[in-house]
Amino acid sequence: MTAELETWGMDEAQGARMPPTLRVLRYHLYTYMRTWRSSLTTSFLAPVLYLAAMGVGLGSLINHHVGTVEGVKYLDFVAPGLLAASAMQVAASDSMYPVMAAIKWIRTYYAMLATPLRVLDVLFGHFAWVVARLVLTAVTYLGVMAAFGTVHSPWAVLALPAAILTGLSFSSIISAFAASQENDQGFATISRLGLIPLFLLSATFFPLSQLPGWMHPIAYATPLFHGVDLCRMLVLGHVDWASAAWDLAYLVALSAFGAWLARRLFERRLVI
Amino acid sequence: MPSHPTSSLGAPAQHLAPGADLVVSARGLVKRFEELVAVDHVDFDIVRGESFGFLGPNGAGKTSTMRMIACMSPKSGGELQVLGMDPQTNGPEIRARIGLVPQEDSLDLQLTVLDNLMIYGRYFDLPRKVIKERAGNLLEFAQLSERAHDTVEPLSGGMKRRLTIARALISEPDLLILDEPTTGLDPQARHLLWDRLYRLKSQGVTLVITTHYMDEAEQLCDRLVVMDKGSIAASGSPASLIERYSTREVLELRFPPDAGPAAAAIDGVAERVEFLPDRVLLYTANGEQTLADVMARGITPVNWLVRRSSLEDVFLSLTGRTLID
Repeated sequence: MTAELETWGMDEAQGARMPPTLRVLRYHLYTYMRTWRSSLTTSFLAPVLYLAAMGVGLGSLINHHVGTVEGVKYLDFVAPGLLAASAMQVAASDSMYPVMAAIKWIRTYYAMLATPLRVLDVLFGHFAWVVARLVLTAVTYLGVMAAFGTVHSPWAVLALPAAILTGLSFSSIISAFAASQENDQGFATISRLGLIPLFLLSATFFPLSQLPGWMHPIAYATPLFHGVDLCRMLVLGHVDWASAAWDLAYLVALSAFGAWLARRLFERRLVI
Repeated sequence: MPSHPTSSLGAPAQHLAPGADLVVSARGLVKRFEELVAVDHVDFDIVRGESFGFLGPNGAGKTSTMRMIACMSPKSGGELQVLGMDPQTNGPEIRARIGLVPQEDSLDLQLTVLDNLMIYGRYFDLPRKVIKERAGNLLEFAQLSERAHDTVEPLSGGMKRRLTIARALISEPDLLILDEPTTGLDPQARHLLWDRLYRLKSQGVTLVITTHYMDEAEQLCDRLVVMDKGSIAASGSPASLIERYSTREVLELRFPPDAGPAAAAIDGVAERVEFLPDRVLLYTANGEQTLADVMARGITPVNWLVRRSSLEDVFLSLTGRTLID
Protein backbone atom coordinates (compact mmCIF):
# COMPACT_ATOMS: atom_id res chain seq x y z
CA MET A 1 0.00 0.00 0.00
CA THR A 2 2.66 2.44 1.11
CA ALA A 3 5.03 1.27 -1.58
CA GLU A 4 2.30 1.68 -4.16
CA LEU A 5 1.62 5.20 -3.05
CA GLU A 6 5.32 5.98 -3.20
CA THR A 7 5.62 4.75 -6.76
CA TRP A 8 2.55 6.63 -7.73
CA GLY A 9 3.96 9.79 -6.16
CA MET A 10 7.21 9.35 -8.06
CA ASP A 11 5.36 9.00 -11.32
CA GLU A 12 3.42 12.11 -10.58
CA ALA A 13 6.56 13.99 -9.69
CA GLN A 14 7.71 13.66 -13.30
CA GLY A 15 5.47 16.66 -13.91
CA ALA A 16 3.56 17.91 -16.98
CA ARG A 17 0.80 15.39 -16.64
CA MET A 18 -2.23 17.57 -16.96
CA PRO A 19 -2.94 19.83 -19.94
CA PRO A 20 -3.04 23.50 -18.88
CA THR A 21 -6.68 23.91 -19.89
CA LEU A 22 -7.68 21.19 -17.50
CA ARG A 23 -5.68 22.76 -14.68
CA VAL A 24 -7.83 25.87 -15.10
CA LEU A 25 -10.97 23.75 -15.31
CA ARG A 26 -9.93 22.12 -12.05
CA TYR A 27 -9.78 25.52 -10.41
CA HIS A 28 -13.38 26.20 -11.44
CA LEU A 29 -14.52 22.79 -10.22
CA TYR A 30 -12.71 23.43 -6.94
CA THR A 31 -14.50 26.69 -6.31
CA TYR A 32 -17.81 25.21 -7.49
CA MET A 33 -17.56 22.49 -4.87
CA ARG A 34 -18.15 25.16 -2.27
CA THR A 35 -21.50 26.23 -3.68
CA TRP A 36 -22.70 23.17 -5.55
CA ARG A 37 -25.60 22.46 -3.21
CA SER A 38 -27.52 25.66 -3.86
CA SER A 39 -26.54 25.65 -7.51
CA LEU A 40 -27.70 22.07 -7.97
CA THR A 41 -31.04 22.83 -6.39
CA THR A 42 -31.54 25.74 -8.77
CA SER A 43 -30.61 23.75 -11.83
CA PHE A 44 -33.09 21.05 -10.83
CA LEU A 45 -35.85 23.34 -9.64
CA ALA A 46 -35.83 25.66 -12.66
CA PRO A 47 -36.88 23.02 -15.22
CA VAL A 48 -39.50 21.60 -12.88
CA LEU A 49 -41.06 25.02 -12.33
CA TYR A 50 -40.90 26.08 -15.97
CA LEU A 51 -42.32 22.84 -17.28
CA ALA A 52 -45.06 22.82 -14.65
CA ALA A 53 -46.05 26.46 -15.17
CA MET A 54 -45.58 26.84 -18.92
CA GLY A 55 -46.07 23.33 -20.12
CA VAL A 56 -48.75 22.01 -17.82
CA GLY A 57 -50.46 25.20 -16.61
CA LEU A 58 -50.44 27.36 -19.70
CA GLY A 59 -50.38 24.24 -21.83
CA SER A 60 -53.73 22.92 -20.60
CA LEU A 61 -55.29 26.28 -21.44
CA ILE A 62 -53.79 26.24 -24.93
CA ASN A 63 -54.62 22.62 -25.57
CA HIS A 64 -58.17 23.32 -24.48
CA HIS A 65 -58.69 26.37 -26.71
CA VAL A 66 -56.28 25.96 -29.59
CA GLY A 67 -55.60 22.26 -29.67
CA THR A 68 -52.09 21.30 -30.71
CA VAL A 69 -49.19 23.58 -31.57
CA GLU A 70 -47.38 22.52 -34.74
CA GLY A 71 -49.08 19.17 -34.34
CA VAL A 72 -47.98 18.43 -30.76
CA LYS A 73 -49.23 19.16 -27.24
CA TYR A 74 -48.05 22.53 -25.92
CA LEU A 75 -45.93 20.91 -23.19
CA ASP A 76 -44.11 18.90 -25.85
CA PHE A 77 -43.67 22.01 -27.94
CA VAL A 78 -42.32 24.26 -25.21
CA ALA A 79 -40.06 21.80 -23.35
CA PRO A 80 -37.21 21.58 -25.92
CA GLY A 81 -37.36 25.34 -26.36
CA LEU A 82 -36.86 25.77 -22.65
CA LEU A 83 -33.94 23.36 -22.75
CA ALA A 84 -32.13 25.52 -25.31
CA ALA A 85 -33.11 28.78 -23.60
CA SER A 86 -31.88 27.62 -20.21
CA ALA A 87 -28.56 26.61 -21.77
CA MET A 88 -28.33 30.16 -23.05
CA GLN A 89 -29.05 31.59 -19.62
CA VAL A 90 -26.58 29.41 -17.74
CA ALA A 91 -23.84 30.09 -20.26
CA ALA A 92 -24.52 33.81 -20.25
CA SER A 93 -24.54 34.20 -16.49
CA ASP A 94 -21.32 32.20 -16.14
CA SER A 95 -19.66 34.40 -18.73
CA MET A 96 -20.58 37.82 -17.37
CA TYR A 97 -19.90 38.48 -13.68
CA PRO A 98 -17.48 35.57 -13.15
CA VAL A 99 -15.28 36.78 -16.03
CA MET A 100 -15.36 40.37 -14.78
CA ALA A 101 -14.54 39.18 -11.25
CA ALA A 102 -11.58 37.15 -12.48
CA ILE A 103 -10.27 40.19 -14.34
CA LYS A 104 -11.10 43.06 -12.01
CA TRP A 105 -12.42 42.06 -8.63
CA ILE A 106 -10.63 38.90 -7.51
CA ARG A 107 -7.99 39.08 -10.25
CA THR A 108 -7.89 35.31 -10.55
CA TYR A 109 -6.75 35.48 -14.17
CA TYR A 110 -3.70 37.53 -13.21
CA ALA A 111 -2.84 35.01 -10.52
CA MET A 112 -3.07 32.27 -13.16
CA LEU A 113 -0.98 34.22 -15.66
CA ALA A 114 1.87 34.58 -13.17
CA THR A 115 2.25 30.78 -13.40
CA PRO A 116 3.13 28.75 -16.51
CA LEU A 117 -0.46 29.16 -17.73
CA ARG A 118 -1.09 31.31 -20.81
CA VAL A 119 -4.05 33.47 -21.81
CA LEU A 120 -5.30 30.77 -24.13
CA ASP A 121 -5.22 28.23 -21.27
CA VAL A 122 -7.18 30.61 -19.07
CA LEU A 123 -9.76 31.19 -21.80
CA PHE A 124 -10.18 27.55 -22.79
CA GLY A 125 -10.30 26.57 -19.13
CA HIS A 126 -13.17 29.00 -18.73
CA PHE A 127 -14.96 27.53 -21.75
CA ALA A 128 -14.34 24.03 -20.44
CA TRP A 129 -15.98 25.05 -17.20
CA VAL A 130 -18.97 26.57 -19.02
CA VAL A 131 -19.34 23.34 -20.97
CA ALA A 132 -19.23 21.36 -17.73
CA ARG A 133 -22.00 23.55 -16.34
CA LEU A 134 -23.98 23.12 -19.57
CA VAL A 135 -23.66 19.36 -19.44
CA LEU A 136 -25.06 19.41 -15.93
CA THR A 137 -27.88 21.76 -16.89
CA ALA A 138 -28.83 19.95 -20.09
CA VAL A 139 -28.77 16.49 -18.54
CA THR A 140 -30.91 17.68 -15.62
CA TYR A 141 -33.34 19.39 -17.98
CA LEU A 142 -33.66 16.41 -20.26
CA GLY A 143 -34.15 14.17 -17.22
CA VAL A 144 -36.96 16.35 -15.93
CA MET A 145 -38.46 16.50 -19.44
CA ALA A 146 -38.45 12.71 -19.58
CA ALA A 147 -40.21 12.63 -16.22
CA PHE A 148 -42.86 14.96 -17.65
CA GLY A 149 -43.21 12.59 -20.60
CA THR A 150 -42.06 15.06 -23.24
CA VAL A 151 -39.23 13.05 -24.76
CA HIS A 152 -40.52 11.29 -27.87
CA SER A 153 -37.52 10.12 -29.80
CA PRO A 154 -34.13 8.49 -29.25
CA TRP A 155 -32.72 11.45 -31.20
CA ALA A 156 -33.42 13.44 -28.03
CA VAL A 157 -29.98 12.33 -26.78
CA LEU A 158 -28.49 14.58 -29.44
CA ALA A 159 -30.42 17.50 -27.99
CA LEU A 160 -27.80 17.46 -25.20
CA PRO A 161 -24.88 18.44 -27.45
CA ALA A 162 -27.23 20.78 -29.33
CA ALA A 163 -28.11 22.63 -26.12
CA ILE A 164 -24.47 22.67 -25.04
CA LEU A 165 -23.44 24.13 -28.38
CA THR A 166 -26.18 26.75 -28.08
CA GLY A 167 -24.81 27.72 -24.68
CA LEU A 168 -21.23 27.79 -25.91
CA SER A 169 -22.09 30.17 -28.74
CA PHE A 170 -23.48 32.61 -26.19
CA SER A 171 -20.64 32.04 -23.74
CA SER A 172 -17.95 32.82 -26.28
CA ILE A 173 -19.51 36.09 -27.43
CA ILE A 174 -20.45 37.24 -23.94
CA SER A 175 -17.04 36.32 -22.48
CA ALA A 176 -15.46 38.46 -25.17
CA PHE A 177 -17.81 41.28 -24.25
CA ALA A 178 -17.10 40.87 -20.52
CA ALA A 179 -13.35 41.10 -21.12
CA SER A 180 -13.84 44.42 -22.90
CA GLN A 181 -15.85 46.05 -20.08
CA GLU A 182 -14.59 48.34 -17.34
CA ASN A 183 -17.56 47.67 -15.04
CA ASP A 184 -20.63 45.49 -14.82
CA GLN A 185 -23.19 47.97 -16.15
CA GLY A 186 -23.06 46.49 -19.63
CA PHE A 187 -24.31 43.16 -18.31
CA ALA A 188 -27.71 44.57 -17.38
CA THR A 189 -27.98 45.95 -20.91
CA ILE A 190 -27.05 42.59 -22.40
CA SER A 191 -29.78 40.94 -20.34
CA ARG A 192 -32.45 43.53 -21.04
CA LEU A 193 -31.79 44.11 -24.72
CA GLY A 194 -30.31 40.75 -25.63
CA LEU A 195 -31.14 37.74 -23.54
CA ILE A 196 -34.70 38.52 -22.45
CA PRO A 197 -35.97 39.42 -25.94
CA LEU A 198 -34.26 36.32 -27.31
CA PHE A 199 -35.78 34.20 -24.58
CA LEU A 200 -39.27 35.49 -25.39
CA LEU A 201 -39.11 35.76 -29.19
CA SER A 202 -36.94 32.92 -30.46
CA ALA A 203 -39.80 30.51 -30.98
CA THR A 204 -39.27 29.22 -27.46
CA PHE A 205 -42.89 29.71 -26.38
CA PHE A 206 -44.72 29.92 -29.70
CA PRO A 207 -43.97 29.11 -33.33
CA LEU A 208 -42.23 31.68 -35.47
CA SER A 209 -45.36 31.84 -37.65
CA GLN A 210 -47.10 33.74 -34.85
CA LEU A 211 -44.72 36.68 -35.24
CA PRO A 212 -45.33 39.30 -37.97
CA GLY A 213 -43.51 38.49 -41.19
CA TRP A 214 -40.96 41.29 -40.90
CA MET A 215 -39.68 39.80 -37.65
CA HIS A 216 -38.92 36.41 -39.15
CA PRO A 217 -35.53 37.34 -40.62
CA ILE A 218 -34.56 38.93 -37.30
CA ALA A 219 -35.49 35.81 -35.34
CA TYR A 220 -33.72 33.74 -37.93
CA ALA A 221 -30.52 35.73 -37.49
CA THR A 222 -30.33 35.13 -33.73
CA PRO A 223 -28.54 32.15 -32.23
CA LEU A 224 -31.23 31.06 -29.79
CA PHE A 225 -33.71 30.48 -32.61
CA HIS A 226 -31.36 27.91 -34.15
CA GLY A 227 -30.69 26.27 -30.78
CA VAL A 228 -34.42 25.99 -30.08
CA ASP A 229 -35.13 24.70 -33.60
CA LEU A 230 -32.42 22.04 -33.33
CA CYS A 231 -33.40 20.88 -29.85
CA ARG A 232 -37.09 20.76 -30.75
CA MET A 233 -36.59 18.68 -33.87
CA LEU A 234 -34.38 16.21 -32.00
CA VAL A 235 -36.58 15.84 -28.92
CA LEU A 236 -39.77 15.45 -30.95
CA GLY A 237 -38.06 13.19 -33.46
CA HIS A 238 -39.28 15.27 -36.43
CA VAL A 239 -35.86 15.97 -37.85
CA ASP A 240 -35.49 17.94 -41.06
CA TRP A 241 -31.83 17.19 -41.66
CA ALA A 242 -31.27 20.10 -44.03
CA SER A 243 -32.41 22.72 -41.55
CA ALA A 244 -30.69 20.82 -38.72
CA ALA A 245 -27.42 21.08 -40.65
CA TRP A 246 -28.02 24.78 -41.15
CA ASP A 247 -28.74 25.29 -37.42
CA LEU A 248 -25.61 23.35 -36.54
CA ALA A 249 -23.44 25.30 -38.98
CA TYR A 250 -24.76 28.58 -37.61
CA LEU A 251 -24.01 27.64 -33.97
CA VAL A 252 -20.56 26.23 -34.74
CA ALA A 253 -19.64 29.31 -36.76
CA LEU A 254 -20.85 31.66 -34.04
CA SER A 255 -18.97 29.74 -31.33
CA ALA A 256 -15.79 29.78 -33.39
CA PHE A 257 -16.11 33.49 -34.09
CA GLY A 258 -16.85 34.19 -30.42
CA ALA A 259 -13.84 32.16 -29.30
CA TRP A 260 -11.60 34.03 -31.73
CA LEU A 261 -12.95 37.37 -30.54
CA ALA A 262 -12.68 36.36 -26.88
CA ARG A 263 -9.07 35.36 -27.36
CA ARG A 264 -8.25 38.74 -28.89
CA LEU A 265 -10.03 40.66 -26.17
CA PHE A 266 -8.63 38.52 -23.35
CA GLU A 267 -5.11 39.08 -24.72
CA ARG A 268 -5.70 42.79 -25.04
CA ARG A 269 -7.05 43.02 -21.51
CA LEU A 270 -4.72 40.68 -19.64
CA VAL A 271 -1.39 41.13 -21.41
CA ILE A 272 -0.50 44.80 -21.23
CA MET B 1 12.62 8.78 -0.48
CA PRO B 2 11.97 12.47 -0.83
CA SER B 3 11.84 13.43 -4.48
CA HIS B 4 11.59 17.13 -3.71
CA PRO B 5 13.42 19.12 -1.09
CA THR B 6 10.71 20.25 1.26
CA SER B 7 12.87 21.50 4.09
CA SER B 8 14.34 24.42 2.16
CA LEU B 9 12.04 27.09 0.87
CA GLY B 10 12.97 28.00 -2.66
CA ALA B 11 15.51 25.56 -3.97
CA PRO B 12 18.83 27.06 -5.10
CA ALA B 13 18.90 28.21 -8.68
CA GLN B 14 19.76 25.55 -11.20
CA HIS B 15 20.12 25.01 -14.95
CA LEU B 16 21.57 28.46 -15.42
CA ALA B 17 23.61 28.83 -18.58
CA PRO B 18 27.31 28.28 -17.81
CA GLY B 19 29.24 31.41 -16.95
CA ALA B 20 26.07 33.43 -16.53
CA ASP B 21 25.20 33.86 -12.92
CA LEU B 22 22.76 36.55 -13.95
CA VAL B 23 19.19 35.85 -13.06
CA VAL B 24 17.91 38.91 -14.89
CA SER B 25 19.69 41.05 -17.43
CA ALA B 26 18.20 44.11 -19.14
CA ARG B 27 19.74 46.36 -21.78
CA GLY B 28 17.93 49.38 -23.13
CA LEU B 29 14.65 47.94 -21.87
CA VAL B 30 11.60 49.94 -22.91
CA LYS B 31 7.92 49.74 -22.03
CA ARG B 32 5.48 51.97 -23.84
CA PHE B 33 1.75 52.36 -23.30
CA GLU B 34 0.60 54.17 -26.42
CA GLU B 35 2.00 57.69 -25.89
CA LEU B 36 3.37 57.10 -22.40
CA VAL B 37 6.90 55.77 -22.01
CA ALA B 38 6.71 53.95 -18.66
CA VAL B 39 10.20 52.42 -18.83
CA ASP B 40 12.72 54.35 -20.88
CA HIS B 41 15.85 52.44 -21.90
CA VAL B 42 16.97 50.98 -18.59
CA ASP B 43 19.96 48.67 -18.00
CA PHE B 44 20.41 46.43 -15.00
CA ASP B 45 21.70 43.01 -13.98
CA ILE B 46 20.45 40.92 -11.11
CA VAL B 47 22.85 38.30 -9.80
CA ARG B 48 21.77 34.98 -8.36
CA GLY B 49 21.27 35.01 -4.61
CA GLU B 50 21.16 38.76 -4.20
CA SER B 51 18.32 40.91 -3.08
CA PHE B 52 17.72 43.61 -5.64
CA GLY B 53 15.50 46.64 -5.17
CA PHE B 54 13.65 49.00 -7.46
CA LEU B 55 13.02 52.25 -5.65
CA GLY B 56 11.01 55.11 -6.96
CA PRO B 57 8.00 57.34 -6.56
CA ASN B 58 4.62 56.31 -7.95
CA GLY B 59 4.66 56.16 -11.72
CA ALA B 60 8.44 55.76 -11.92
CA GLY B 61 8.10 52.55 -13.94
CA LYS B 62 8.84 50.02 -11.19
CA THR B 63 5.76 47.88 -11.64
CA SER B 64 6.05 47.91 -15.43
CA THR B 65 9.63 46.69 -15.10
CA MET B 66 8.54 44.05 -12.62
CA ARG B 67 5.78 42.76 -14.87
CA MET B 68 8.20 42.43 -17.77
CA ILE B 69 10.61 40.42 -15.60
CA ALA B 70 7.71 38.23 -14.48
CA CYS B 71 6.90 37.56 -18.18
CA MET B 72 3.41 38.95 -17.75
CA SER B 73 3.91 41.97 -19.91
CA PRO B 74 5.78 42.09 -23.23
CA LYS B 75 8.61 44.59 -23.61
CA SER B 76 8.29 47.39 -26.17
CA GLY B 77 12.00 47.47 -26.95
CA GLY B 78 15.52 46.58 -25.82
CA GLU B 79 16.88 43.32 -24.49
CA LEU B 80 15.64 41.26 -21.57
CA GLN B 81 16.86 37.88 -20.35
CA VAL B 82 15.34 36.12 -17.37
CA LEU B 83 16.92 32.93 -16.01
CA GLY B 84 18.92 32.76 -19.21
CA MET B 85 15.82 32.72 -21.41
CA ASP B 86 13.85 35.13 -23.54
CA PRO B 87 10.49 36.06 -22.00
CA GLN B 88 8.96 36.48 -25.44
CA THR B 89 9.53 32.88 -26.45
CA ASN B 90 9.89 31.07 -23.12
CA GLY B 91 7.28 32.79 -20.96
CA PRO B 92 5.71 29.65 -19.47
CA GLU B 93 9.12 28.02 -18.80
CA ILE B 94 10.40 31.14 -17.06
CA ARG B 95 7.22 31.62 -15.06
CA ALA B 96 7.49 28.03 -13.88
CA ARG B 97 10.61 29.12 -11.97
CA ILE B 98 9.40 32.52 -10.76
CA GLY B 99 7.29 33.39 -7.75
CA LEU B 100 5.30 36.60 -8.07
CA VAL B 101 3.85 38.65 -5.23
CA PRO B 102 1.78 41.24 -7.07
CA GLN B 103 1.00 44.69 -5.73
CA GLU B 104 -2.65 43.78 -5.27
CA ASP B 105 -3.43 40.45 -3.67
CA SER B 106 -5.22 38.07 -6.01
CA LEU B 107 -6.21 35.46 -3.45
CA ASP B 108 -9.43 33.53 -3.69
CA LEU B 109 -11.27 35.04 -0.77
CA GLN B 110 -14.02 32.43 -0.61
CA LEU B 111 -11.57 29.55 -0.35
CA THR B 112 -9.55 28.48 2.64
CA VAL B 113 -5.93 29.40 3.20
CA LEU B 114 -4.81 25.86 2.39
CA ASP B 115 -7.03 25.62 -0.71
CA ASN B 116 -5.43 28.76 -2.08
CA LEU B 117 -2.04 27.06 -1.91
CA MET B 118 -3.38 23.79 -3.31
CA ILE B 119 -4.97 25.47 -6.32
CA TYR B 120 -1.97 27.63 -7.07
CA GLY B 121 0.38 24.66 -6.87
CA ARG B 122 -1.86 22.87 -9.35
CA TYR B 123 -1.36 25.65 -11.89
CA PHE B 124 2.30 24.61 -11.86
CA ASP B 125 1.15 21.03 -12.34
CA LEU B 126 2.78 19.94 -9.11
CA PRO B 127 1.57 16.64 -7.70
CA ARG B 128 -0.98 16.96 -4.93
CA LYS B 129 1.26 15.19 -2.46
CA VAL B 130 4.14 17.55 -3.10
CA ILE B 131 1.94 20.62 -2.75
CA LYS B 132 0.52 19.33 0.51
CA GLU B 133 3.96 18.83 1.98
CA ARG B 134 5.20 22.20 0.87
CA ALA B 135 1.99 23.92 1.97
CA GLY B 136 2.50 22.66 5.50
CA ASN B 137 6.00 24.12 5.63
CA LEU B 138 5.00 27.35 3.95
CA LEU B 139 2.07 27.95 6.28
CA GLU B 140 4.41 27.53 9.19
CA PHE B 141 6.87 29.89 7.57
CA ALA B 142 4.10 32.44 7.03
CA GLN B 143 2.76 31.92 10.57
CA LEU B 144 -0.60 30.84 9.19
CA SER B 145 -0.69 27.18 10.25
CA GLU B 146 -3.54 27.81 12.65
CA ARG B 147 -5.60 29.51 9.96
CA ALA B 148 -5.05 26.79 7.35
CA HIS B 149 -8.72 25.82 7.23
CA ASP B 150 -10.21 29.30 7.57
CA THR B 151 -11.47 31.21 4.57
CA VAL B 152 -9.22 34.01 3.42
CA GLU B 153 -11.72 36.88 3.41
CA PRO B 154 -11.63 37.80 7.12
CA LEU B 155 -7.84 37.60 7.44
CA SER B 156 -5.89 40.78 8.19
CA GLY B 157 -3.93 42.58 5.49
CA GLY B 158 -0.66 41.26 6.88
CA MET B 159 -1.91 37.68 6.87
CA LYS B 160 -3.15 37.98 3.29
CA ARG B 161 0.20 39.37 2.27
CA ARG B 162 2.04 36.51 3.97
CA LEU B 163 -0.30 34.05 2.29
CA THR B 164 0.42 35.64 -1.07
CA ILE B 165 4.13 35.22 -0.41
CA ALA B 166 3.63 31.62 0.70
CA ARG B 167 1.63 31.02 -2.46
CA ALA B 168 4.40 32.46 -4.62
CA LEU B 169 6.84 30.04 -2.98
CA ILE B 170 4.79 26.89 -3.62
CA SER B 171 6.76 26.14 -6.79
CA GLU B 172 10.10 26.64 -5.00
CA PRO B 173 11.06 29.42 -7.39
CA ASP B 174 14.61 30.46 -8.25
CA LEU B 175 13.47 34.07 -8.31
CA LEU B 176 10.91 35.74 -6.06
CA ILE B 177 9.47 39.03 -7.28
CA LEU B 178 7.74 41.24 -4.73
CA ASP B 179 5.90 44.33 -5.89
CA GLU B 180 5.49 46.66 -2.90
CA PRO B 181 5.24 43.79 -0.42
CA THR B 182 4.45 45.87 2.67
CA THR B 183 2.38 48.76 1.33
CA GLY B 184 -0.64 49.29 3.55
CA LEU B 185 0.57 47.14 6.43
CA ASP B 186 1.00 48.23 10.02
CA PRO B 187 4.53 48.32 11.54
CA GLN B 188 4.21 44.93 13.27
CA ALA B 189 3.09 43.24 10.08
CA ARG B 190 5.88 44.92 8.11
CA HIS B 191 8.56 43.78 10.52
CA LEU B 192 7.30 40.22 10.48
CA LEU B 193 7.31 40.27 6.70
CA TRP B 194 10.83 41.67 6.57
CA ASP B 195 11.96 38.93 8.88
CA ARG B 196 10.46 36.29 6.58
CA LEU B 197 11.99 37.85 3.49
CA TYR B 198 15.34 38.04 5.22
CA ARG B 199 15.11 34.30 5.92
CA LEU B 200 14.40 33.58 2.28
CA LYS B 201 17.38 35.65 1.28
CA SER B 202 19.64 33.78 3.66
CA GLN B 203 18.37 30.54 2.09
CA GLY B 204 19.72 31.76 -1.24
CA VAL B 205 16.50 32.82 -2.95
CA THR B 206 17.04 35.71 -5.34
CA LEU B 207 14.69 38.52 -4.39
CA VAL B 208 13.53 41.39 -6.54
CA ILE B 209 11.63 44.01 -4.58
CA THR B 210 9.93 47.23 -5.54
CA THR B 211 9.17 49.69 -2.81
CA HIS B 212 8.85 53.32 -2.01
CA TYR B 213 9.77 52.72 1.60
CA MET B 214 13.39 53.66 2.14
CA ASP B 215 13.72 51.76 5.40
CA GLU B 216 12.50 48.66 3.63
CA ALA B 217 15.10 49.06 0.90
CA GLU B 218 17.84 49.65 3.47
CA GLN B 219 16.77 46.56 5.41
CA LEU B 220 16.34 44.16 2.55
CA CYS B 221 18.31 45.17 -0.52
CA ASP B 222 21.93 44.33 -1.27
CA ARG B 223 21.76 46.52 -4.34
CA LEU B 224 19.13 48.78 -5.74
CA VAL B 225 18.31 51.18 -8.50
CA VAL B 226 16.45 54.42 -7.99
CA MET B 227 13.94 54.91 -10.80
CA ASP B 228 12.44 58.23 -11.72
CA LYS B 229 10.20 58.98 -14.72
CA GLY B 230 11.01 55.66 -16.36
CA SER B 231 14.79 55.94 -16.10
CA ILE B 232 17.39 54.80 -13.61
CA ALA B 233 18.60 57.81 -11.66
CA ALA B 234 21.21 55.97 -9.59
CA SER B 235 22.27 52.46 -8.64
CA GLY B 236 24.41 50.76 -6.03
CA SER B 237 24.24 49.40 -2.51
CA PRO B 238 22.27 51.46 0.03
CA ALA B 239 25.53 52.47 1.76
CA SER B 240 27.29 53.45 -1.45
CA LEU B 241 24.29 55.49 -2.59
CA ILE B 242 24.24 57.37 0.69
CA GLU B 243 27.93 57.98 0.39
CA ARG B 244 27.68 59.19 -3.18
CA TYR B 245 24.50 61.25 -3.06
CA SER B 246 24.39 62.44 0.53
CA THR B 247 26.65 63.21 3.46
CA ARG B 248 27.36 61.11 6.49
CA GLU B 249 25.05 63.09 8.75
CA VAL B 250 22.15 65.47 8.48
CA LEU B 251 21.46 68.31 10.89
CA GLU B 252 17.81 69.30 11.02
CA LEU B 253 16.98 72.72 12.41
CA ARG B 254 13.57 74.13 13.24
CA PHE B 255 12.79 77.83 13.40
CA PRO B 256 9.69 79.77 14.28
CA PRO B 257 7.51 80.30 11.17
CA ASP B 258 8.50 83.96 10.79
CA ALA B 259 12.27 83.47 11.15
CA GLY B 260 13.02 83.57 7.40
CA PRO B 261 16.01 85.99 7.42
CA ALA B 262 17.72 84.28 10.37
CA ALA B 263 17.46 80.94 8.64
CA ALA B 264 18.90 82.39 5.46
CA ALA B 265 22.03 83.43 7.34
CA ILE B 266 22.90 79.72 7.63
CA ASP B 267 23.81 79.51 3.96
CA GLY B 268 27.28 78.15 3.38
CA VAL B 269 27.78 76.57 6.77
CA ALA B 270 27.38 73.03 5.41
CA GLU B 271 28.12 71.14 2.17
CA ARG B 272 24.51 71.46 1.11
CA VAL B 273 21.62 73.25 2.76
CA GLU B 274 18.01 72.63 1.95
CA PHE B 275 15.25 75.00 3.06
CA LEU B 276 11.90 73.37 3.66
CA PRO B 277 8.73 75.15 4.82
CA ASP B 278 9.06 73.83 8.37
CA ARG B 279 12.76 73.13 8.73
CA VAL B 280 16.26 73.52 7.36
CA LEU B 281 18.35 70.48 6.48
CA LEU B 282 22.13 70.73 6.59
CA TYR B 283 24.04 67.93 4.90
CA THR B 284 27.37 67.53 6.63
CA ALA B 285 30.03 65.06 7.69
CA ASN B 286 29.75 66.08 11.33
CA GLY B 287 26.38 67.26 12.61
CA GLU B 288 27.49 68.36 16.06
CA GLN B 289 30.30 70.48 14.61
CA THR B 290 27.93 72.09 12.12
CA LEU B 291 25.47 72.82 14.91
CA ALA B 292 28.25 74.56 16.83
CA ASP B 293 29.11 76.59 13.68
CA VAL B 294 25.47 77.63 13.33
CA MET B 295 25.32 78.69 16.98
CA ALA B 296 28.59 80.58 16.53
CA ARG B 297 26.86 82.72 13.92
CA GLY B 298 24.43 83.76 16.61
CA ILE B 299 21.54 81.79 15.19
CA THR B 300 19.43 79.83 17.67
CA PRO B 301 16.91 77.35 16.27
CA VAL B 302 13.80 76.31 18.25
CA ASN B 303 15.07 72.78 18.23
CA TRP B 304 17.47 70.56 16.33
CA LEU B 305 18.29 66.97 15.49
CA VAL B 306 21.47 65.31 14.31
CA ARG B 307 20.90 62.06 12.46
CA ARG B 308 22.62 59.67 10.13
CA SER B 309 21.97 60.27 6.49
CA SER B 310 19.44 57.80 5.08
CA LEU B 311 18.36 56.44 1.76
CA GLU B 312 15.45 58.80 1.99
CA ASP B 313 17.81 61.76 1.69
CA VAL B 314 19.34 60.17 -1.39
CA PHE B 315 15.95 59.45 -2.83
CA LEU B 316 14.62 62.95 -2.30
CA SER B 317 17.73 64.59 -3.66
CA LEU B 318 17.48 62.42 -6.78
CA THR B 319 13.76 62.53 -7.41
CA GLY B 320 12.87 65.88 -5.87
CA ARG B 321 10.34 66.82 -3.26
CA THR B 322 7.51 67.68 -5.59
CA LEU B 323 4.44 65.54 -5.04
CA ILE B 324 4.03 62.97 -7.79
CA ASP B 325 0.62 61.55 -8.50
